[in-house]
Amino acid sequence: MSGINDFAFKMGTVNGTGSASANTLLMQAIFRMGIPVTGKNIFPSNIQGLPTWYEVRVSKDGHTARPSTVDLVVALNPATYAKDVATVAPGGYLVYDSTWPLDPDLVREGITILGIPFGKMCVETFEGDRDRTLLRNIVYVGSLAALLDIDMGVIEQMLTEKFGKKPKLLASNHTAIKLGYDYAKANFTCPLPFRLEKMDATGDSILIDGNTACALGALYAGATVGAWYPITPATALMEAFKSFCEKYRVDKATGLHNYAIIQAEDELSAAGIAIGAGWAGARAFTNTSGPGISLMQEFIGLAYYTDIPAVFIDVQRCGPATGMPTRTQQADLLTLAYASHGDTKHLLLFPANPKECFEMTVEAFDLADRYQTPVFVASDLDIGMNDWMVKRFQWDDSYKPDRGKVLDAAALEKVKKFSRYLDVDGDGIAARTLPGVGGKGAYFVRGSGHDKHGLYTEDSDAYQELVDRLKRKFEGAAEHVPAPEILHQAGSEVALVTIGGCDAAVREAADLLRAEGIHTDFMRIRGFPFSNEVRAFLGRHEHTFVIEQNRDAQLRSLIGIELGFARDQMIPILDYGGMPLSAQKVVDAVKTHLAGVPA
Amino acid sequence: MTSIAKPPVRHPSSRVNGLGLSIRDYEGAMSTLCAGCGHDSVTAALVQAAWELELEPHRVGKMSGIGCSSKTTAYFMKQSHGFNSVHGRMPSVTSGANAANRSLTYIGISGDGDSLSIGFGQLSHAIRRNVNMLYVIENNGVYGLTKGQFSASADIGSTSKKGEANEQAPIDPVLVALTLGCTFVARSFSGDKKQLVPILKAGIAHKGLALIDVISPCVSFNDHEGSTKSYSYTREHEVEAVQTDFVPLKREITVPETGEAVQVVEMHDGSRVRLRSTSADYDPTDRDSAYAHVRACQARHEIATGLLFVDETGKDMHDHLRTVPTPLIDLPYEALCPGKGALDKLMERYR
Repeated sequence: MSGINDFAFKMGTVNGTGSASANTLLMQAIFRMGIPVTGKNIFPSNIQGLPTWYEVRVSKDGHTARPSTVDLVVALNPATYAKDVATVAPGGYLVYDSTWPLDPDLVREGITILGIPFGKMCVETFEGDRDRTLLRNIVYVGSLAALLDIDMGVIEQMLTEKFGKKPKLLASNHTAIKLGYDYAKANFTCPLPFRLEKMDATGDSILIDGNTACALGALYAGATVGAWYPITPATALMEAFKSFCEKYRVDKATGLHNYAIIQAEDELSAAGIAIGAGWAGARAFTNTSGPGISLMQEFIGLAYYTDIPAVFIDVQRCGPATGMPTRTQQADLLTLAYASHGDTKHLLLFPANPKECFEMTVEAFDLADRYQTPVFVASDLDIGMNDWMVKRFQWDDSYKPDRGKVLDAAALEKVKKFSRYLDVDGDGIAARTLPGVGGKGAYFVRGSGHDKHGLYTEDSDAYQELVDRLKRKFEGAAEHVPAPEILHQAGSEVALVTIGGCDAAVREAADLLRAEGIHTDFMRIRGFPFSNEVRAFLGRHEHTFVIEQNRDAQLRSLIGIELGFARDQMIPILDYGGMPLSAQKVVDAVKTHLAGVPA
Repeated sequence: MTSIAKPPVRHPSSRVNGLGLSIRDYEGAMSTLCAGCGHDSVTAALVQAAWELELEPHRVGKMSGIGCSSKTTAYFMKQSHGFNSVHGRMPSVTSGANAANRSLTYIGISGDGDSLSIGFGQLSHAIRRNVNMLYVIENNGVYGLTKGQFSASADIGSTSKKGEANEQAPIDPVLVALTLGCTFVARSFSGDKKQLVPILKAGIAHKGLALIDVISPCVSFNDHEGSTKSYSYTREHEVEAVQTDFVPLKREITVPETGEAVQVVEMHDGSRVRLRSTSADYDPTDRDSAYAHVRACQARHEIATGLLFVDETGKDMHDHLRTVPTPLIDLPYEALCPGKGALDKLMERYR
């Protein structure tokens, strides 16, 4: 790290002071210089006044995982000075606001401290507290532009795009950028040893967050009913869906909507609305996070037991209870796999980044319809809320939604008798009808015991026949959920098994380990139930590591339960403090384990 | 025990409605409730109302939660689609179904446990959302399926079968509905089919959520001396506010002129409800006076029945959502997906 186009920096600010848009501006400018970049917003569950950080990683090799150290810190929050200065890599830099004397907390050997009087310059240049506070962020963008050699032309262009219609704001932002830039140029040797240089590596990419991507997936899948209850970190998903619908789904002549978005009174209701709409024949979904999933459990069981499609997008956060709502985790895996009381099992999809969020959300709707069951997209806060650099999304206009086995009036004419849960094809999937269809199509959905005809029963054999069919249906889905991503290296005795947003860090770790002579095979599980490919990968290595973001090694448990693979044959690498995973953590854990294994 | 289908016997002379269906065509499976249960009378009234309204059975969604009341959706309109969901959550399921397909008639059947305890939030928010549906609460003040616990509608002083007196204040769904802005509020008694059938018909025709609280005595656990939801108590204390005669447009039913004040309220579909006030000064279109009337009756230990409040000008859920008149499930996929060109263009926004 710490060379040209290969370093990381972060800003430590107070939330609610307007730093978020300045940070986005910084990252986007680097992206537009053609250099691979990622940003991680480490923010509090609060509106104003608590510490917040924004980490930017520049990687010419395209690594997007969270960096394990940073080369430069802009420390603007006195409350976190001590913590922030400690994260600077040896030989790195610290930028502070020299309007005030250097705080003793910021003093540290082995790093270079750069003072820039952000506050003073803003007071002298701008009127009013609001502008002075907001523009201070833009001033540091200007200083970083000088220190890191960000193309000023790109920044100017972006400001024009953003404030083109507001000349006053454009002028003040322009002034602020110049203030910071000129001060750094005049007082320091610019650029720093680590700096940016234009590349051509982002042309086919975009910067997007996973929530927006899921919303786009729902839009393109043809979802018409979205039900939700606001919850961090899932809120922005339905808000994005709403804004896409307003753009693409409003009848131009009448102004009427080709969609229904219902903000429910709670997550129970949101689940009920999605299931009711799924029963009625709409593609319906709800988005939530862990606490919402807890509340939806009863309904999830109902939909499972009565063969009703619905898509649930779980943007996971740190649990249990309220937990840490603005920190990321993958700790809902077991809850999702077996959500609800009784014998239940569900189809799960695990996107690793926003591109997969888009693709898998579309896929989730197809699977839900085909298997007539709740399908879960297990995203997380890091994927959902941070801007990721991913390839542009593609769409094939020949796509047709898979609505599964639905008998319309004409098809009903041809059947002698309609029995809702009769497994005609032997795949566990019975044809359904939609309410409103006439003739023989009417049936009664009941969460109570029912037989293959849909009739009430308390008969043991009839009950078992039905739940056995559900199991058959579930198992049949294993080869139709997204296949694992597997990368082999010749002669590997080490396997790295991971899931979801750990992908980038584990892949980078594999690169780092190879550089040290440790060859690994890599498997990222992308769907549940586990396919034969997942099963075949396991058990063939001397050492199998399972890397995931929860305390209890839930993925490892799931593999153990479902595939019968001995749990003590899998070494867990667990990172559950709420921060996105870094490659170094994985490397260190693998090496530590291997060092301790007797030859 | 499995469900019991009724034999499809039709007497050749039985009358048919405009769809050529006899009243038997609107019946469902055999009731498995206790003999004499008030709920079965409500079921019978619903069958009558649906037959008279000439509802196409397959265009009806029968929605319910859990409890004795919620079982009754199986006992009427066997040719309709039914959804017996989870306890207290029928309103959300109906909201979703209605959002997806607004062209069906939704009949929700609930009870006092289902709606006033576990599902109180869902009831409130379905009213607030104003889902276009009939919402019947079969209210008996007691948990029947779990054998006799008080429900939230039990009156103070009402005693359980074991003699224990309820000391907590009851929740009156009618007052709640009036407070929350419900656009159709009525109360009736399961044993008064003459009053109940027209109210059910008016509620089905109403655009928006029509809440009908039906006092429906539980013969097994709440029909004894000391209960304020028993047949005898209700018959003695019932005070009818407004009589309702539903008048379908297709076939005018003449109402004998009695010289009493009759108010005509036009429903959204053009059909009309005739409101007959028992007292000359009662105005069923005034929310405040409806509230005062129910409270005044309560103070006299009387039960206000009849159509207590109606507002045909209210916006329903689809008005709030500004959805197209076509049911969302009938929109072709091509109208929903913006396509490749739009996506490629959109990608530039994320550069």
